[in-house]
Amino acid sequence: MLDPGILFAGVLNGLMAGGIYVLVAVGLTLIYGVLHIINFAHGSLLMLAMYAVFFLWRLSGLDPYAALPIVIGAAFAFGYLLYRLVIGRLSHGRDENILLITLGVSIVIDNVALLLFGGNTQTVETPYASSFVQLGDAFLPLPKIISFVASLLICALLGLFLARSDTGKAIRAVARERQGARLVGIDVDNIFALSYGIGIACLGAAACLLMPTYYVTPSSGHAFVLVAFTIVVLGGMGSFAGAAVGGLIIGVVESLGGLVLGEQLGQIGISAIFILILLLKPSGLFGVRQ
Amino acid sequence: MRRQGLLLALALAAAIVLPLVAPGYLVEVGVLVFFLAFIGQSWNISGGFAGQTSFGHAVFFGTGAYTSTILQITFGWNAWLAWPAAVVAGAIVGWIIAILSFRAGLRGSYFALITLAFAEAFRILANSVSFTHAGLGMLIKADPRPANFQFRDPIWFYYLALALCIVSLLIAWQLTRDRFGARLVGVRENEDAARALGIDVFAEKVKALTLSGAIAAAGGTFYAQKYLYIDPNIAFGVDKSIEMLLVTMVGGAGTIFGPLLGALTLTGVNEATRALASIVPALKNVQPLSLIVYGVMLILIVGRLPDGLARLFHRVQRHA
Amino acid sequence: MNRSIRCPLSRRTFLAGTALAAGSPTILRAQPAPVKVGLIHPVTGFVAYNGQQSRLGATMAIDDLNKAGGIKSMGGAKLEPLLGDSQSKVEVGVSEVEKMHEQGAAAYIGCFQSPVGIAASQAAAKYNTPFLIDVGASDLLVTRGLKNVFRLKPGFGVCVDQGIAALDSINKAAGSPAKTAVIVHESGEFGTGTSKLLSGKLPSIGINVKEVISHDNPTRNFDNIALRIRSVAPDLVMMSNYQNEYVLLARTLYQQKVNLAGFYSFLGGGFNYKFVKEMPDVSQYMMDTNHWFNPKSEKAQALKKRVEATKALFTYELYLSYSVVMLLADALEHAGSADKEKLLAALAASTFKAELMPYGPTKFVDGQNQGGRAMTLQSLKGDIEVIAPAEFASAKAVFPRPKFT
Repeated sequence: MLDPGILFAGVLNGLMAGGIYVLVAVGLTLIYGVLHIINFAHGSLLMLAMYAVFFLWRLSGLDPYAALPIVIGAAFAFGYLLYRLVIGRLSHGRDENILLITLGVSIVIDNVALLLFGGNTQTVETPYASSFVQLGDAFLPLPKIISFVASLLICALLGLFLARSDTGKAIRAVARERQGARLVGIDVDNIFALSYGIGIACLGAAACLLMPTYYVTPSSGHAFVLVAFTIVVLGGMGSFAGAAVGGLIIGVVESLGGLVLGEQLGQIGISAIFILILLLKPSGLFGVRQ
Repeated sequence: MRRQGLLLALALAAAIVLPLVAPGYLVEVGVLVFFLAFIGQSWNISGGFAGQTSFGHAVFFGTGAYTSTILQITFGWNAWLAWPAAVVAGAIVGWIIAILSFRAGLRGSYFALITLAFAEAFRILANSVSFTHAGLGMLIKADPRPANFQFRDPIWFYYLALALCIVSLLIAWQLTRDRFGARLVGVRENEDAARALGIDVFAEKVKALTLSGAIAAAGGTFYAQKYLYIDPNIAFGVDKSIEMLLVTMVGGAGTIFGPLLGALTLTGVNEATRALASIVPALKNVQPLSLIVYGVMLILIVGRLPDGLARLFHRVQRHA
Repeated sequence: MNRSIRCPLSRRTFLAGTALAAGSPTILRAQPAPVKVGLIHPVTGFVAYNGQQSRLGATMAIDDLNKAGGIKSMGGAKLEPLLGDSQSKVEVGVSEVEKMHEQGAAAYIGCFQSPVGIAASQAAAKYNTPFLIDVGASDLLVTRGLKNVFRLKPGFGVCVDQGIAALDSINKAAGSPAKTAVIVHESGEFGTGTSKLLSGKLPSIGINVKEVISHDNPTRNFDNIALRIRSVAPDLVMMSNYQNEYVLLARTLYQQKVNLAGFYSFLGGGFNYKFVKEMPDVSQYMMDTNHWFNPKSEKAQALKKRVEATKALFTYELYLSYSVVMLLADALEHAGSADKEKLLAALAASTFKAELMPYGPTKFVDGQNQGGRAMTLQSLKGDIEVIAPAEFASAKAVFPRPKFT
C-alpha cells in the first residue's frame, strides 16, 4: 500500500495541477453561465494562446510570466472579436447552433495553426524550470508553485471584478436573467462578447502559466478541455467559486487515483466523479438548483 | 407529395445503380455516406426527435463493435449471430444510461455531458482490461466469405449500408406518423406541458435512448466487419460521437432525411477539400488547408441554414 | 485563292525524318507513363508532424529518383506521387486507397498509424496492389497472411530483442549496476505491445520489472508517475511512448531530480535531434533503441545535411520512407514493369540494400524484412551517438549516469 508520505506528495502534486485546471475551467464556466453554451473552441483557443507565449519568448526572449499582461489582453481582444464577428453573428441566438459554430471554429483554428506553425512540438526553456521546493516526499517544481499561486490570485481578482464592478454586476445579471437584464437597459450582446472575451483571457493566463512546464502543438489544448468540462459540472455550471474549488478537487482526485489505481485506470476516477455528481447532485457543489 | 415520392424513387434507383457503373472510390464513399446516415439517424432519434442532445453516442457504437468482435474472436460466434447480440447490448447500455440519467432528472447540457462521461469511461475501461485486449485493439481475421459477414467485393458492403440507411429512414418516417414519435416530439418541445398532457416523459425518453442505442450498436458491428480492426479510440472516441451529432444537426435534427443530407454534405465537403490539398505537391504541407475549408463551410452552413439542410426541402411536420 | 504554303520541311528532309522514325523507334517514342505511387499519411490531426515527415521523406526520394533518370528498365519512367491524408482515420485511409486505385496507383506507401495501415493494406489486397509499410509498429501488419504487404523496418519484436541484448552488454560492462526497472508505456497498441515483450524478456538478463505504468495519450502531467518512480526507486526507467509524452516525462523526471542508473527507451518517440539540442541537460545520458540511419553511410550523412539545410529535422519517419521508395524503385527495376504480379514477385524476392539504414540485404518472409535492425543510441553532449551494435558505434556508452547532486 502507498505510504502517507507518497500520498501527501500526491495531494500536493494534485493541487499544483489543479491550479491550471482552475483557470481553464473558470473561463468555460463563465462562458456557459452567461451564454449558456458549451464552448467547443476552448481547447483550440488555449492552444493559440500557448503559441502566443511561445512566439513572444522565441522572438523577443520575453519570459512567459512577464508576458501575462500581454497575452491576457490579446486573448481578451481575440475572444471578444471572435464572438462579435463570428459566433454571435452566425448563431442567430440558437444554442445548438453556437455549439456547431464553435466546433467549426475549433477545426479552423487547429488547422490554421498547423498550416502556419507546423506540427512539431515547441517548448519554452526558462532558467528557473529546474528549481524546485522539497516538502517531505514532494518535489515541487518552482514553475508549478508559481502557476498555482498565480492562478488562484487571478481567480480571486476576477471574482472581485464580477462581484464589485458595474460590468461584473451586469454580467451576473445577464447570467441570471437574460430578458430582465435587457429590460433594465443592459446591452446584452455586448455583455455576451465581453464574457466570452474574459473566458478566453483566462485561457491566456493559463497558457503563460503552462508553457514553462508543458509544450505546444496544434492539438495540445484539447487535453485540458475534457477535464475542464468535468470541473465545470462538479463546481456547478456557471458557478465561479465552484470552478475554482472543483479544479483543485479534480486535480487531487486525478493525482490520488493515478497513484492508487494506476495511471490509466486512475483517469476513470475523473469520469466516475463526473457521472456521480451528475446523477446525485447535478447542480454541482455551488450551483443553483435548476 | 407526388413530386417528393418521385424524387425519392429516382434517388433510390440512382443509389442502387451507382456501384454498378461508378468507380470503386465512389462506392467506398457511398458506403461511408450511408453508414454515417445510419448512425446519424440513431442520434436523431434521441437527439432530434426526443430533443435529448448527446455528446457521447459513441458509447453505443463502441458497445456494438466490441460485443460482436469479442463474440467472434474470443467465443467463436458467427458474425451474423453476433450482430443481433451487439444490437441487444447497445439497447441495454442505452436503457441503463437512460434510466440513470433521466431518473436523476438530467436535461439539456447536463445530459449531454453525462453521455460524454460515459463514453470516456467506456474508452478508458476498454483501454485497460484484457477482455478487450486493452490498447492493442482487436483484429478480426480476414476471411472474406459472406457467411462471416465479410465480403470480398465492397459492393456488398455498399448495398448493406444502403439497406441499413433505408431501414433507419423508415424508422424515422414511422416516428413522424405514430403516437410514439408524437410523444417524443411533445417531450422535446415542452417536457412539463407533455407531462401535463399525461405523457410518461421518463418512459418515453428511456424508450428513445434504448432504440437509439440499438441502432448505433448495429452500426458499430457493421464498421468492425468492414474494417476488421477496432481499438478503444476508434470505438469510443469523441470523434465518432461528434460525427453522429454533426451530420444530424447540419442535415436537420428531427427530420427524416436530416442525417442522410448531413452525411452527404459533410462527406462530400471532406472528400472535395482533401483532394484539393493533395493536388498541389509543389506546395508543401498545405494539407491543413483542406480542413480549414471544411471548418469554414461548416460554419457557413450552420450560419445560413440554422434549421439544417433538410428544411430547404420540405416544411416541418408539426404534430398537433 | 492562290494558296502557296511554304512547307518548312523540304520533301527530302520530311521523308528522311519518316525513315528515321520507322527505323529508330526509341528516339521518337513518347516518355514512358509514370509509375504512380500512393502515399497515405496522417498529415493533419494529432500526429500531423510524423505524417508530414513521412510524406517529406517519400517525396524527396521520388524527386531524387526522377532526377537520376527514373526507372531505367522501364525506359526512364518516372515515379509520380499521389498524396493522401489519412486524417488519422481508418475509413479515410481506406477511401484514399480506393481513390488512388482509380488514379492507377501501382503501389502504396503508408500509414504511420498501425490501425490505418492494417485497414488500408487490406483494402489494397483486393486489387493485389503492393502496400509498403514505412512506419507501423504493430506485428498485426505482417501476420495476416496478405501477399501484398511488405515492411522494410523491423517489427517491435526484433527491436526489443536487440535492445535487450544491447542493454545486457552495457549493463555487464559497467558491472551490472542495473537490477530493477520500471516500465512506462503509452496505452495504445505500440506501448502495450512493447511493454508486454519487455516484461517477458527482462528477467532473462537479470532485470526485475518492479512496476509497469501505462498512461494515456495525451497525458497532462507526469508528476505522479515521477513520484511513483521515485518511491519504487528502480535502477532503470524504460519508456515506450510517443514524442510529446516522452519529452514531458523526461523533463519531469529531470526537474524532480529522480536518481536513476539510466533511461533506456524502446522506439522512444521523442528521442531525436530536436530533443537533444533543445534540452541537452534533460536528454544527457538517455539511451534509446530505435530505428536509426547508418552513421557510416555517406548517402545518409549527405541526406541529413540536405534535410537540415531546409530547417527540417532528420527523423526516422523521413529516412524510413525514403528507403521504402528506393526499395520500390529497386523492385520496379527488377520487374521491368509496374505490372502487379511482376512487382509483387520482385518485392518478395528483393535483396535490396537500404543504403541509408544499417540493414543487411532485404529478405522478406511473409512480408516482414528479416534483414532490418534497430540501433541503440545515447544522447551525449547535445548530440546523438550510436552505442550499439559495435560495427556502427560512434561512441562508448556512459552508464550508469551520474547522480543528481
